[in-house]
Amino acid sequence: MTGNDSLIRTEDLTRYYRMGPSVIRAVDGVSLEIARGEFVALLGSSGSGKSTLLNLLAGLDRPTQGRIQVAGRDLSTLSREELAAYRRHQVGMVFQAFNLVPRMTLEENVELPLRFAEVERSERAQRVQQALARVGLLHRLGHRPSELSGGEQQRAALARALVNRPSILLADEPTGNLDSRTGEEILNLIAEWNRTLGMTVVLVTHERPLAERYAQRILQMADGKLVTNGRAQ
Amino acid sequence: MKAPDLLELALRNLREARLRNALTTLGIAVGVASLVAMLSLGVGLQELVGQRLDRSGLFDSIVVYPRRDGRGFERADARADGENESLRLLTPEIRRQMESLPNVAEVFPEVRFSTQVRWQDTTRFTSVAGLPFSARSNEAFDDMLGHFFSSPEAEEAILELDFAQELTPQPESLLGQTVVLRYAERQPLGTDGNADQWGFTVQRREKMLRVVGIVRRQPFGGWRNFARGELFIPTALAERLNTLQFSTVREAVRAETTEETYGSLIVRVSNPARVREVQQAIRQMGLATYSILDAAESLRRFFIIVDLFLGIFGSLALAVASLGIVNTLVMAILERRREIGIMKALGASDGDVKRLFFAEAGVMGLLGGLVGVLLAAGIGAAINFGTGYYLQRQDLPPESVSSLPFWLGSSAIVFSILVSLVAGIYPAARAARLDPVEALRYE
Repeated sequence: MTGNDSLIRTEDLTRYYRMGPSVIRAVDGVSLEIARGEFVALLGSSGSGKSTLLNLLAGLDRPTQGRIQVAGRDLSTLSREELAAYRRHQVGMVFQAFNLVPRMTLEENVELPLRFAEVERSERAQRVQQALARVGLLHRLGHRPSELSGGEQQRAALARALVNRPSILLADEPTGNLDSRTGEEILNLIAEWNRTLGMTVVLVTHERPLAERYAQRILQMADGKLVTNGRAQ
Repeated sequence: MKAPDLLELALRNLREARLRNALTTLGIAVGVASLVAMLSLGVGLQELVGQRLDRSGLFDSIVVYPRRDGRGFERADARADGENESLRLLTPEIRRQMESLPNVAEVFPEVRFSTQVRWQDTTRFTSVAGLPFSARSNEAFDDMLGHFFSSPEAEEAILELDFAQELTPQPESLLGQTVVLRYAERQPLGTDGNADQWGFTVQRREKMLRVVGIVRRQPFGGWRNFARGELFIPTALAERLNTLQFSTVREAVRAETTEETYGSLIVRVSNPARVREVQQAIRQMGLATYSILDAAESLRRFFIIVDLFLGIFGSLALAVASLGIVNTLVMAILERRREIGIMKALGASDGDVKRLFFAEAGVMGLLGGLVGVLLAAGIGAAINFGTGYYLQRQDLPPESVSSLPFWLGSSAIVFSILVSLVAGIYPAARAARLDPVEALRYE
């Protein structure tokens, strides 16, 4: 892989947390490159720092030191406002806990990023419908998350991540709360978008078989450090 | 995020924790209601007194005298102004000048003279006073028998009740009757412009007047000197009669002009608030003035203080209510921690989150303000009903002591929104500062 077409590049990326007298090195000097359109799995046991790394990539967290570049821009130099804009336009996120807003219908949940991005009202409904159609939930527009199964909720969350047409999809254990069959459905969708939309995917998981099956490359983490940087078979 | 979206989301959030938000809003409403009810009372009392005072005709009038020479500070004034010390007389020319001053409604002389009144076989000696047509709104005529003069120069008379009773034991029977006025008319002598030869002859005249009304009390509470009399005729008519007045002799002695002059003039100002300005302008003309405003300054100060205290007590309730907003919004942050994290992960900026909480506070303020003003209107109506009922039982006419003008209602709503927004500052800032990673951490 050449450095030229890399979308994400980190150098000595470090994030420490202070907990009382002790310092936790959640991410400890990680340097990596992810190419545009690549599907990368971040594999590691719990506490290995993979979620922290993902949050740094998402611009939700700031590094203690080191650099993190996305599409040529150094995230650590961006203001809070600029980081929000970066999340709004370039990043889509899905979580293990789905993180749909429980009081809102699916339609409203998926519409939320469009409101923040100030997309015209007339355009919104259409984009929400397209996104929900892609995940096969068009018939569930007016339902609340609690009325849906876990798989459906995660699909809705995927539709929400997709609706702003981001170039990067960050998935934090998206199958963690799902049975294996629904988990596969979700990953199939993600893999399909990676292929058809050219969306760069970073998948955080602790399940090696899933990582090996879907990712083009696996980055294994332990104690905040990258331990292997290898290609899946 | 755009404003309509912000408002939509805010309303949506408020509908969620319905009971709590409704109670908070009600708290604001009670606060606004107490503030507005207090101020309504202040405004109402002020209007009540103000109307009374306005209608008394005392507060919109300035009495103008010729500048007296050679006495105390007025003399020093004149010197300072660099004017000469000669007497400024109230000539018709000066009267016209005063009439053309801004905010002057009318200028008329005090006319008061002695007369003999004859009705049927009864003859009484009394004093007659001129009443300007504008005096018809004076409260003395509210409960009069008969009616006020039909026109500014009508040959009609209004009698004081005591005097009417002197003429007949049944004063009502006088209404519509004709009385004869015998008075002294003055006729100026030809002077060929020589002031030293100025003088006049006095001649007895009679005038028939129709009695149109009988008053129980003195107009202007008897405060205005000129309006003291037992028989009143329109000022314009009184002027035309060209009578010999009490002041005429004094004028004749000291006059430096061949022109006819007035002993004093009353200037009625179109707006009581302008009295001071007009008074100033007249003083500039070199004349002496007096208005009751000079004495009423402390009354105005009293009302400002009353309003201030009512406002402070009312504001206290609103301040307590605003703490309710702070509490509700801080609770909402704790509850919606995760949601705030989600919104940030989806690209909401700190500003978006802050504005969302502000909007929620503002909407509560708006609704609380609206309900509060309605409540206050209800309270005001109840107070008015209560006092009306009480006054009625005392055989007094009902008065409205509480008044809720549009400006008070609308500014109360604006104030309520502002207070709510201020109350929202801390919760909104706290919500905006929330660390999304922390908020989203898996429980």
